[in-house]
Amino acid sequence: MSFVHAALSPLAGALACTMLWLAIAAASLVPAGNAAFARRFAFPLGALAGLVLAALGLEAVWLPVQKLTLPLGLPDLPFHLRLDPLAGFFLMLLGSVSAGISVYAAGYFKAEPSGRLALIGFQYHVFLASMAFVLLADDAYLFMVAWETMALSSYFLVITDHKQAAIRSAGFLYLLVAHLGAIAILLCFGVLHGGHGDYSFDALRATQLQPAWATVAFLLAFAGFGAKAGMLPLHIWLPEAHPAAPSPVSALMSGIMLKTAIYGMVRVIFDLIGNVRWEWGLVVLVVGAGTALFGILYALMQHDLKRLLAYSSVENIGIILLGLGMSMVFIGFGHPAAGTLGLIAALYHSLNHAVFKSLLFLGAGSILHSGGLRNLNDMGGLIHRMPKTAFYFLIGALSISALPPLNGFVSEWLTFQTALQATILQNGVVRSLLPLFAATLALAGALTAMCFVKVFGVAFLGQPREPAHPSLPHAGDAGEMERFGMAWLAAGCFALGLFPTSFLLILNRVAVSLGGQGLSEQALSGSGWLWLVPTAAEQASYSPLIFLVMIVAVTLLTFFLVRRFYHGRVRLADPWDCGYPERTSRMQDTADAFGQPIRHVFGPLYRMERTLPGPDDTAPRYTLKIEDRHWYWLYLPVARAAEFVSAKIALLQQGRISIYLLYSFITLIALLVFVR
Amino acid sequence: MSQAQAIGFQILQSVFVVLAAPLLVGWVNQCRAWLQNRSAPSVLLPYWTLAKLFNKEAVIARGASPLFRATPYILFGCMWLAAGIVPVLATGLPFAPAADIIALVGIFALARVFSALAAMDIGTSFGSLGARREMMIGFLAEPAMLMTLFTAAFISGSTQLTTIVDTLGHREFALYPSLAFAAVAFLMVLLAENARIPIDNPATHLELTMIHEAMILEYSGRHLALIEWAVAIKLFAYMTIGIALFVPWGIAGAGDWRALPAAFGALAAKLALAGAGLALIEALLAKLRLLLAPEFLSTAFLLGVLGMLTHFFVRG
Repeated sequence: MSFVHAALSPLAGALACTMLWLAIAAASLVPAGNAAFARRFAFPLGALAGLVLAALGLEAVWLPVQKLTLPLGLPDLPFHLRLDPLAGFFLMLLGSVSAGISVYAAGYFKAEPSGRLALIGFQYHVFLASMAFVLLADDAYLFMVAWETMALSSYFLVITDHKQAAIRSAGFLYLLVAHLGAIAILLCFGVLHGGHGDYSFDALRATQLQPAWATVAFLLAFAGFGAKAGMLPLHIWLPEAHPAAPSPVSALMSGIMLKTAIYGMVRVIFDLIGNVRWEWGLVVLVVGAGTALFGILYALMQHDLKRLLAYSSVENIGIILLGLGMSMVFIGFGHPAAGTLGLIAALYHSLNHAVFKSLLFLGAGSILHSGGLRNLNDMGGLIHRMPKTAFYFLIGALSISALPPLNGFVSEWLTFQTALQATILQNGVVRSLLPLFAATLALAGALTAMCFVKVFGVAFLGQPREPAHPSLPHAGDAGEMERFGMAWLAAGCFALGLFPTSFLLILNRVAVSLGGQGLSEQALSGSGWLWLVPTAAEQASYSPLIFLVMIVAVTLLTFFLVRRFYHGRVRLADPWDCGYPERTSRMQDTADAFGQPIRHVFGPLYRMERTLPGPDDTAPRYTLKIEDRHWYWLYLPVARAAEFVSAKIALLQQGRISIYLLYSFITLIALLVFVR
Repeated sequence: MSQAQAIGFQILQSVFVVLAAPLLVGWVNQCRAWLQNRSAPSVLLPYWTLAKLFNKEAVIARGASPLFRATPYILFGCMWLAAGIVPVLATGLPFAPAADIIALVGIFALARVFSALAAMDIGTSFGSLGARREMMIGFLAEPAMLMTLFTAAFISGSTQLTTIVDTLGHREFALYPSLAFAAVAFLMVLLAENARIPIDNPATHLELTMIHEAMILEYSGRHLALIEWAVAIKLFAYMTIGIALFVPWGIAGAGDWRALPAAFGALAAKLALAGAGLALIEALLAKLRLLLAPEFLSTAFLLGVLGMLTHFFVRG
């Protein structure tokens, strides 16, 4: 009986879904007729598994913790699985967002040659399964195995177009940073385990660390997971790897994989280490604020659409870190209710970012597919050629710009509300620091709006900037499957924006399960399906549904009043443009031109190389190159140092066997001396 | 107070704001004309202009997308919603809890994003130039506005405008240094967001330094009328937000019909003064070079942050 019960539990179901992904991966490799198989069967079935997984994750949020031990792995070291509300929430994120991406991928990859498609189908589903195992793992061993599988499978997906040298080097950079992070995480587990020989998470949770060691563990976890999340200054791989990968893979990596790093951070810091200290929160806040501002300022400078989206992911990770940091500060000072609010804001933003950033990457993929365009400076007027893609992309752009009543606004609103709780802190310095982070968030949010006005305005509106572009005449709208995937994610933007209270309650349950206290009674009693109340009704409330209904009602009322009392006459004419007779599509702002005010205001932050044409140039050419300063003060010196050291070490390699025998002999003598 | 009465108040206020907004613009223009020793146009001129524009046919550029035609209505709707939320005549309006000050800033941002997108829609050089400049103003003005509002939120412990006004309006008179900083910052944001001197000049077209006018160059007829009207409502909303935050005395509670005439009188007097003050500022200042606008606005942002910090330092 208990066996049947266990087999029907969400954990067993989640395991079955994950196994289904692995089975699809294996089946993708079967050589015969796999193109049709992938399109009609593999990706849609993967999407279905994702939906089931999302439902099971949602169910698990409301159930007690479930555990399972798999007789796999090394002898005496089986895999432990555990499904608690935190893992359930992230499984929901993984399942629901990947469902949209998989449906899209079924359409997107249909023109791939069959050999490549087999590999993509294999790696894609292994990638999904490994992310699910990261979320389900209950011991450090399985966690690291899944984590590394995730890194490797995504690495191979990034270098799908491995014939191009730039893509190979982007992949190498990704692999390098991923492994730096993995080493830090491994060391963190080593510190946490404290010499018991038991690496299950239960044992790690039970370990009582001294404050200094706990801080070391925190720093290792923060750096290790931060490298995967794209936190400053380890963000460097993101703008290289995301554009290199095929668009559905970029969506998976940016939307979901970065969130597994957030999951890891929350799991290790809030759950395994425990006893969160407010000083840690300050570290997270400072890094988060820097990451958010840096990410969006560099996003504004990009003209490669996918690179821009990658930098914008860096920014959003910064916003998530701001929420996490505030939560840690409040918990460290003994205000669990405010801390819960911060954690909820951070996790809510993780889910929101997964939805809208995946949507935007898929939109970028459709543009790339239809016209081969990825440089914003070549685009323009796409709304006429691909109106449906434009519609979905607009929803994503409005969501990420944190405009009400869509979803990005809700999580930023919650983060602001957390910052406004600062008055309850006792420490005067920290109390006045929190509003500064709120100011950073406000600035980053406003810059995001500018960035996505630029993207949408330059790509979809106006006239084509390069009318002679060879592939432009053939450009058409996205295919049916692609549109279906985008519609699913766009619906997610609305659902998350309009019914925030349902998600607030889910996240409250997650926070309670992490040993928190949960939101105040006033907040929970004040929140209905209509009203979002984070603290108390007289302090703050927000009702996106009323907001939407009112704005639509008022707009329609205006429309009908104008039509009723006046007329609907319209005359089409050439644009006026202040009466200037000459007008070409090259006179519109390019993406670079649109960022000019930002270059002017924040000039010192960028490493710019600009050549301006002289007054008497016969063939004037304006070039602008913006580079990341981190390359020059951090990465290149480290690379040079590594090369220098390895050149010295290479002196040991003489290539003669007698020398190597001598080394062994000396080592043996040294060891003997040491052992005695 | 019954719910029906409160809703009555809500509708009354929303309609009142929409109808009265052009009057405020007319008043500001009249004051400015006097200050410039010109004979002033009628205070009702904005109404005649709107009526004229509504009756004309709309000319739309070839190649405009549906976004272009929808934007005037969206702008008007956003501003109407904002005007319905701000406590102009009364606090405790039934729709007010749907959006607090952060959402209010969000409404203005929504309107800004749509007007910038519509400006880029035709693909003219002036349109995208205006959009770029508008977003440049916005990315600094919006956080500065939030900081101002947060200062008030910290003092009253709430982000609901109703609660803020109730707290600030019924306190004993005390000087808040933080509110002084916030007031200056708010004034600067008001000037920038409403395309006023020294950031932009509402009285000029066809000038290379224009911002707002560059965005709406391609609009005509009823679309232009709706945009102009929305701009008037925006000015009205900003002024009433300022009044609500810094001089909230005399406002009525929702459903309190007897306090309504007094609230009307107080509001009219405050708005008349504020409008005259705006005209005075515009008469005294010259327009800033465009590249100095970020400096002006970052000053506003820093003043807002300072105001917020002052609140903590003076209190703690």
